[in-house]
Amino acid sequence: MLELRRVSKRFVGVVATDDVTLEVKSGEVHALIGPNGAGKTTLISQISGTLPSDRGEIRFDGRDITHARPYERVKLGLARSYQITSIFKRFTVLDNLALAVQARSGSSFSFWRPVSRETALTDEARSIAGEVGLHEKQNALAATLAHGEQRALEVGLALATRPKLVLLDEPLAGMGPEEAQRMIALIDRIRSHVTVLLVEHDMDAVFRLANRISVLVNGRLIAGGAPETIKADEQVRKAYLGDEVAA
Amino acid sequence: MSWILILEQSLNGLQFGLMLFLLAAGLTLVFGIMDMINLAHGSLYMLGAFIASTLVQATGSFVAGVLLAIPATAILGMLLEISVLRSLYARDHLSQVLATFALILIINELTRLLWGSDAALPMPQALSGPVELLPGLRYPAYRLVIIAVGILVALLLFILVTKTRVGMLVRAGASNREMALAMGVNIKTLFTLVFGVGAGLCALAGALLAPLFAVQVGMGENILILAFVVIVIGGIGSIRGALVGAVLLGIVDTIGRAFLPMLFGIFFQPRVASAAGPAIASVMIYLLMAVVLYFRPQGLFPARG
Amino acid sequence: MKRSILVFIVLLGFPLVMSAMDNLFYVSFASRVIIYAIAATSLNLVLGYGGMISFGHAAFVGAGAYVASICIAEGVTSAWLGWPAAIAASALAAWLIGAVSLRTRGVYFIMITLAFAQMAFYLVNSMKAYGGDEGLTLPQRAELGLGLDLGNEVVFYYVVLFLLAISLYGLHRVMQSRFGRVVVAIRENEARAEAIGLPVYRYKLVCFVIAGAVAGLAGALLASHGKYVNPNVLHWVQSGTLMIMVILGGVGHLWGGAIGAAVLLGLEHVISDYPIPWLAAVAPNYPQHANLGVGLVMLAIVLFAPHGVAGLLSRRRGA
Repeated sequence: MLELRRVSKRFVGVVATDDVTLEVKSGEVHALIGPNGAGKTTLISQISGTLPSDRGEIRFDGRDITHARPYERVKLGLARSYQITSIFKRFTVLDNLALAVQARSGSSFSFWRPVSRETALTDEARSIAGEVGLHEKQNALAATLAHGEQRALEVGLALATRPKLVLLDEPLAGMGPEEAQRMIALIDRIRSHVTVLLVEHDMDAVFRLANRISVLVNGRLIAGGAPETIKADEQVRKAYLGDEVAA
Repeated sequence: MSWILILEQSLNGLQFGLMLFLLAAGLTLVFGIMDMINLAHGSLYMLGAFIASTLVQATGSFVAGVLLAIPATAILGMLLEISVLRSLYARDHLSQVLATFALILIINELTRLLWGSDAALPMPQALSGPVELLPGLRYPAYRLVIIAVGILVALLLFILVTKTRVGMLVRAGASNREMALAMGVNIKTLFTLVFGVGAGLCALAGALLAPLFAVQVGMGENILILAFVVIVIGGIGSIRGALVGAVLLGIVDTIGRAFLPMLFGIFFQPRVASAAGPAIASVMIYLLMAVVLYFRPQGLFPARG
Repeated sequence: MKRSILVFIVLLGFPLVMSAMDNLFYVSFASRVIIYAIAATSLNLVLGYGGMISFGHAAFVGAGAYVASICIAEGVTSAWLGWPAAIAASALAAWLIGAVSLRTRGVYFIMITLAFAQMAFYLVNSMKAYGGDEGLTLPQRAELGLGLDLGNEVVFYYVVLFLLAISLYGLHRVMQSRFGRVVVAIRENEARAEAIGLPVYRYKLVCFVIAGAVAGLAGALLASHGKYVNPNVLHWVQSGTLMIMVILGGVGHLWGGAIGAAVLLGLEHVISDYPIPWLAAVAPNYPQHANLGVGLVMLAIVLFAPHGVAGLLSRRRGA
């Protein structure tokens, strides 16, 4: 569903992503792992369109989206969640999600009718809130949520655009064990209707969820394939996993 | 339309551009390093001119008056920075705009109270005559001196910024503030210094231009907008950009004003030409800005990558 | 909502009281305040709610003022032609300036809007046919017909009051609509707004144009009110004044623009027309230096009360 061919990006003096070619198959959970600074978030930004690529081609659902603007990619069904939580802090949880639903359904060049009367938006926002486990907190201001709840809202915002493929950038970042389990369960639930490209450091989550894994080190893809293969790969072990991971 | 005229106007443009550079250099560093909008920068230019006029009268010497006005204004600038401006760095742009706008009002009125609405800074006798640069091209000596001073200061600034340690810190701060902070640079002191230098440059420009334009309250605002346009064209945070932008703007503006009405007169009817010519000429620089921004929204030499 | 209606009832009764007291000067002054309230409200949309720090808003007020004036000067005295023309002209100006400026952000955006507005100032200044830097005096105010004589101060007052009511109600409805939500979201977190599929640039531009159009209406009213227009209406100091009004009244509060206009113009009037004895003893020419006071007050507000008067009021109600 998502194809990257020789995608590259360099900043002044630093090569962030180098000749990355990978493919995410429809329906799978594909994990992207690698040490800090490997270029994972850069790659996600290139895929979502917020960072233009220097070289390479990105194809989504058969279409070339290399030069498409971010909002155009979202309209095509490609959504993203952020590593550093980026939500609408002064909106309630429901309003956050309703906005994403609104963005998807019809034009927002409507100036007279109060949004609060559009029950369809609120209903759908409510159901998404339930999906990500925020039903209790639907009327809370986003700024007042606990860290784990904000990360859930973060994912919820991406899901509210009803994407075909979602880019999750370290959804478990900064989470305690309980919150992490909930997030893993959430990803497990959504995989039936959304393809997932998951960037993560939490190896427990990665090995539980991923159908396939790609490893990014210093901007280059050094390995890719089924989880067992990756676990056993010498290069990957040396560069990233270390020898603590049991075979 | 003679070559002499074109050369003369080009020199005028260069002269104006170089003085504009003095203002723009300080301003672009303030924006670049501290991400702060300082509308009161023009007020320092005005203060420099007023202070110079008083000092020239007091000392009886043009050179002494101008030279002393520079550190005097620099000190005032640094005092301003320490007292009011520092509290604005952390604030949002809107607050900075309004606060520095308020400062303009305050400084303008205080100037009016102390000096009255205008002051006089006459051209020094020795430089009031023309110099024959080329056969047939006689150019005012004073303007030549301005060009020379402008080039000299530009050179000094370049040496300061590229060859000294302080300069390196300033450039680091302009291109990546977080990195500079991480490197342990004492941003506060560095910044007060940069501000002081900027104020001094403003004073120099204000004092030198005073004999050519009038010294009056409000002179800062008009030139401030031009300095902004220069920075937008040149790229925020870049001294090189400020120089290129300033000279470009100075030449485009001067040549535009001098020749556009004439050009229009050739192609259009006199009634249209006499109305449209000066009108378009006065907005040439804004059109230049729009064109540059269309192709390079970050300016010609943005300091930040 | 209830408070707003109450305020309007008071405002409705005001000129009747003044007429009874045979003091039409204050009715005219109040009209001027209301016109500036409309202008400041339009800026509040773009600046207060939209978070776009446009430093060139005076250009749109000026565009409206000049187009309306030129209509009257050329003999087209009907307000039904002149005022819509003014609105269309300023909307067009806002579209042109916004289209270029909104491609930039932060510091660049502020300076560019400032520069474009100043460009408009210079353009208008060089229009010798319409007064150039001396301005244009009009023989009369615009004509509304319908038995309403805009030359009558009380009638004029009610007309502009009506227009202010429409502007405020319009702002209220817009902010509650889908469009309003998007505008606020863009101000909150522009990157995320784009990441959920909103073409951010388009929404900002439309917001900018709407604000410009309403500013143009204010400009047309201003021209009729004083029967005079000059390039200073477009000067960037005017833009700054409008921004002060919005901040003073309360950024992002419905009545922010109106309150700010009332306070600022009221203060200005009081200082210049009512001698303050102890101040006069210290500085005999103090009204000429009123700007010093304005500057100090503004600086104090920015440093110590960033949410303006409306902010203080809403905090006291425990809102």
